[in-house]
Amino acid sequence: MHLDHSLSSSHSHHGPSAISADAHRPDGSRRALRIGLGGPVGSGKTATVAALCHALRDELSLAVVTNDIYTREDAEFLLREAVLPPERIAAVETGACPHTAIRDDISANLEAVEDLEDEVGPLDLILVESGGDNLTATFSKGLVDAQIFVIDVAGGDDIPRKGGPGVTTADLLVVNKTDLAPYVGSDLGRMAADAKAQRAELPVVFQSLRGDKGVAAVADWVRGQLAAWRAR
Amino acid sequence: MTRAALLVLADGRFPAGGHAHSGGAEAAVKAGRITDAASLEEFCRGRLHTAGLVSAALAAAAALGLDPVELDEAAEARTPSPALRTAARRLGRQMMRAARATWPHPELDALARLFPKGAHQPVVLGVAARAAGLGPADAAYCSAYESVSGAATATVRLLSLDPFDATGVLARLAPELDRVALAAADAARRAVDEGVDALPARSAPLLEIGAEAHAAWAVRLFAS
Repeated sequence: MHLDHSLSSSHSHHGPSAISADAHRPDGSRRALRIGLGGPVGSGKTATVAALCHALRDELSLAVVTNDIYTREDAEFLLREAVLPPERIAAVETGACPHTAIRDDISANLEAVEDLEDEVGPLDLILVESGGDNLTATFSKGLVDAQIFVIDVAGGDDIPRKGGPGVTTADLLVVNKTDLAPYVGSDLGRMAADAKAQRAELPVVFQSLRGDKGVAAVADWVRGQLAAWRAR
Repeated sequence: MTRAALLVLADGRFPAGGHAHSGGAEAAVKAGRITDAASLEEFCRGRLHTAGLVSAALAAAAALGLDPVELDEAAEARTPSPALRTAARRLGRQMMRAARATWPHPELDALARLFPKGAHQPVVLGVAARAAGLGPADAAYCSAYESVSGAATATVRLLSLDPFDATGVLARLAPELDRVALAAADAARRAVDEGVDALPARSAPLLEIGAEAHAAWAVRLFAS
């Protein structure tokens, strides 16, 4: 029963599918850049994904994985908005634990991204959207190469001060719905100062998808990540 | 290899996708068949002696080194519900990924090449146990325990059941779990000489029917 393990040290390049964060696909080609979007319920993750698809789909080959908590609603929103053809959108079911599926047990999400590359690839970029969760939810480095944490001004202007792994460690913090700030009494200056204190040099974008610039700043950040990924 | 590998493989946190599945508990809760700890225990007992025994025997046979393609066919024949077949293959693929990363082994690589979209989970579990240096009874224990632990933790989430009560259910089932795991390992040893038909083929029609209904729901917490 005791088997020889010495034969299999380089498993990740020879099997039918890569195991985790490997930068190459089984055929040796480079895989797509994967960017995760997490954040609390209702902060505008799906709307940001939809806007990013609109902004980037003419220049990049794109796909999206959604992680709904108990429905396929986010995937269906993206389909209804027709931001991408349906074969470029995959939904993962998370069994009441969205943070588990993006951090502790990423196998279903890895299968979704690999199947998308097999079926509609080659792809430049895959956006992995988490189900709405709490301030501690972050993506595993085995699943994504970079992550965006999306909060909004209406969720309370004390969220950047409270911190938590999402706010403090995400590669990009997006403060969404800035157009609502005057109506909910949120102080954008205070949010910016608190975010700076929590994140030091990590970037923060204040965004209103209803404004003229829309998702432009986040789209530029994604382009920068892709350029860095390709240069690696 | 070490016996403690069994603890790694059987750990509910082993990242092989199980957390998103309820083992039929979500359908049973909706149908009113699980309402409290007592009915959860009856549900788990039924699962253990049917689907649990079958999966444990398949896992034990795979751990003994029986042909995984034949075992996969045997698993398919013992799983009438298309929804459960899909779930078993999806979980098998996820188990394969976790096992190859944890216990790299040529037999796992070969099985992954044969079934790129996943073999039945108990078969993969058995080969994973083999790669970890574990024996057929270990694989049977792991599979039999999984057949009830997933349903119990899912019910904690679905009914807000007291988690101590749910764990008590699993503890009370332990003596039966011993008997099922050992019977499964015995059947697997017989299958070495007699072929896969010697493996048990018990079924739980309500689990199969419930899985088909569940797969058609528009709103659900668990994938199966």
